[in-house]
Amino acid sequence: MAEINSKIPEGPVAEKWTNYKAHQKLVNPANKRKLDIIVVGTGLAGASAASTLAEMGFNILNFCIQDSPRRAHSIAAQGGINAAKNYQNDGDSVYRLFYDTVKGGDYRAREANVYRLAEVSANIIDQCVAQGVPFAREYGGLLANRSFGGAQVSRTFYAKGQTGQQLLLGAYSSLNRQIKAGKVKSFNRYEMHDIVMIDGRARGIIAKNLVTGKFERFAAHAVVLATGGYGNTYFLSTNAMGCNCSAAIAAFRKGAYMANPSYVQIHPTCIPVHGDKQSKLTLMSESLRNDGRIWVPKNIEDAKKLQRGEIKGSDIPEENRDYYLERRYPAFGNLVPRDVASRAAKERCDHGFGVNNTGLAVFLDFSEAINRLGIDVVRQRYGNLFDMYEEITDVNPGQFAKEINGVKYYNPMMIFPAIHYTMGGLWVDYELQTSVKGLFAIGECNFSDHGANRLGASALMQGLADGYFVLPYTIQNYLSDQITVPRFDPNSKEFMDAQAKCEKEQEALIKIKGKRSVDSIHKELGHIMWEYVGMGRTKESLETALKKLKELRQEFEKNLFVPGTVEEGMNVELDKAFHLRDFIIMGELIARDALSRNESCGGHFREEYQTEEGEAKRDDENYFYVGCWNYQGNDEKEPELIKEPLTYEAIKVQTRNYKS
Amino acid sequence: MATDNTMKVNLKVWRQADSKAKGEFKLYENVETTPDTSFLETLDILNETLVEKGEEPIVFDHDCREGICGMCSLFINGHPHGPAQGATTCQLYMRRFKDGETITVEPWRSAAFPVIKDLMVNRNAFDQIQQAGGYVSFNCGGAQDANAIPISKVDADEAMDSATCIGCGACVAACKNGSAMLFVSAKVSQFALLPQGRVEAVKRVKSMVAKMDELGFGNCTNTRACEAECPKCISISNIARMNREFICAKFKD
Repeated sequence: MAEINSKIPEGPVAEKWTNYKAHQKLVNPANKRKLDIIVVGTGLAGASAASTLAEMGFNILNFCIQDSPRRAHSIAAQGGINAAKNYQNDGDSVYRLFYDTVKGGDYRAREANVYRLAEVSANIIDQCVAQGVPFAREYGGLLANRSFGGAQVSRTFYAKGQTGQQLLLGAYSSLNRQIKAGKVKSFNRYEMHDIVMIDGRARGIIAKNLVTGKFERFAAHAVVLATGGYGNTYFLSTNAMGCNCSAAIAAFRKGAYMANPSYVQIHPTCIPVHGDKQSKLTLMSESLRNDGRIWVPKNIEDAKKLQRGEIKGSDIPEENRDYYLERRYPAFGNLVPRDVASRAAKERCDHGFGVNNTGLAVFLDFSEAINRLGIDVVRQRYGNLFDMYEEITDVNPGQFAKEINGVKYYNPMMIFPAIHYTMGGLWVDYELQTSVKGLFAIGECNFSDHGANRLGASALMQGLADGYFVLPYTIQNYLSDQITVPRFDPNSKEFMDAQAKCEKEQEALIKIKGKRSVDSIHKELGHIMWEYVGMGRTKESLETALKKLKELRQEFEKNLFVPGTVEEGMNVELDKAFHLRDFIIMGELIARDALSRNESCGGHFREEYQTEEGEAKRDDENYFYVGCWNYQGNDEKEPELIKEPLTYEAIKVQTRNYKS
Repeated sequence: MATDNTMKVNLKVWRQADSKAKGEFKLYENVETTPDTSFLETLDILNETLVEKGEEPIVFDHDCREGICGMCSLFINGHPHGPAQGATTCQLYMRRFKDGETITVEPWRSAAFPVIKDLMVNRNAFDQIQQAGGYVSFNCGGAQDANAIPISKVDADEAMDSATCIGCGACVAACKNGSAMLFVSAKVSQFALLPQGRVEAVKRVKSMVAKMDELGFGNCTNTRACEAECPKCISISNIARMNREFICAKFKD
């Protein structure tokens, strides 16, 4: 069995990062100039890492698939970013953010990493304010905060409902400064296809110029992947259309372990699916749960009438509404973590209480908030989200509907859970290095710090922590003995062979000339994943999924149709086919990991393992580990499971409780 | 919300093989869709049928489909991002159109945004303008506490309104002069309104304006088309602020 070493520093959890920084190896300024680093991706993690490493003096090659680094999908994050600043004087601290994150992740995260994340969180806010990020402020001029799921303090910093946009534009501005300074070379509309290995280390990449359709070779001393998550495996998700896991799968094929792939986050507040032509799902920010109340009818008859379209949500008076989150989880109410809220919605809909024609939706209601605060205040907080909802559904959620027994009711939103984020990803050690030497993974791309479930407003925190404050230190520990290694020749045999392999693979895809479009196979993949590897999984469903996925892979290999020829330049369908090939591999990994984990934890819910009250039932005795999957040389062969045992020193592992 | 009504539209779409080829409109008749389907999903539907027939699908830029990444463009029936106010193309739904309507779809038309293929254009010029000065010069790690400098809520909110720009290029496409003033002024304003940005304000406005001129964008003649078509409703008061900043900067020369 392959070895696993997470390289967690010695000492108490609160001192590990300080100790690490005090003793790590550094690269002196003159030597930094001699070293090149490839950063793939320009989201929060990628852009912040590229700019910070360039500021330090390294030469950076930075790639993105979009037409500009500013378009990476981090830009779509709405709600906010957590930081242990305790500006609200409500009892927050580094320890509490650390504790909430570990608990929110259902005790499946690595303690040392999470503590470091909480520790650097405060610096992120300082950094962003200095960049000119216009966070929301109070009238006194200081920064404002709001609450997010899984926390009892207000530690979330925000910029309207566009926090991800503002943070990314901040990182993009720092990146632009380094591009102008010549320290970052930016390659837009380029996609990484493979990693080039020389003597067992990652030494470069093969990237496709998406405009010309030609492959190009890039060499460096280290490669950093910041290529996001694999949510689009499910076809319908809140991810952008271009989000894909091909870079991560390329790393997996090179021997980087894939960790905890079954930990997939299903976000409770998305706009329900409307039809089979739909291309993606739209998220409604979790911040809405600060003032919005989630409910379904108390009486099944009312639900039936809603499903038939005979009545509207606003026709049902207060006493006939079941605010099921407030009922089941009095202490956290509507602000329970995402996995808990999603499962609770599924539970109600499974019992027939769904509120739209498909029976797959619940209400998110602002009547109480509007009656308490007035429409102006509510619109100031959520106006842009209300407008977004109206544009998509033709219903204005803030609009007065009717008065029953002296209580005013406003149009509620309809929401339903959807795939949103992936906690699993490439395994990395404490230094964010994968199991392949010289290959690092940051942001959503790694299996990271969120355990089995991520709390709201923590993705932005983790992406920026990795990019601004962690990787720029830890990568030096690797690079310090690389200073005498000369630059690699991208015309060497290793590079030429890697390029030839990429070209051959593209040709193979285009030559199938079967009958099915990329999207039709991708939709089928999404259907299998949602149906059998979705919110509620069982041994049987997962075995069915693995069987169906194998058949789908064969269907893809035999019956795919990609128009055009390899000689042509841009071929969007070919690029999509390349992603789909790897989504299918990822789907198998998700199902396999879910099948091997005979317990329920966070985003991974096995129906066989639940309490009498329907809560997730962990098995710490047998599954207190990170599940790492090791590629066995070809796609056909079942990957090997390697376990990284978790050890907790600072936190007592217990059952998650959001009730009291 | 699901409805059973379907509708048919005719799509008159600009097709162009590459940046050097001569483009032309091509009419695709009776594309089946529904009022609750988005405009880009309707293009997906059309593309799916084109692929089934072995034809090349229409190339267009898109990514987040939530109106925030700024990737989608399209000049629809004479309007950048189509007929909806304050929304991007990806947020446009078919209920905005009539059953049987012929919808004309073109790429952004501007000298500074050359067509790459079909409806996809090259907006690299926008990145270059940002690189000219759209940042605060400091290195990561040295920032003071975030609450050390109070900023009035009014200024912070106004800076946020300017910072909302998604860099899609609709302002340039809408402008008869092909001016990028709204885009540039939004970034200049954001930093001009914040103490962090004031330190380099003089240098920033001069270099960003110089880069904008160098890249072939036109001048502003106050027609306000940019403001009317901006999917994020960026106000032209930003242009006024940038002009003030620019004149003050020039006086300091």
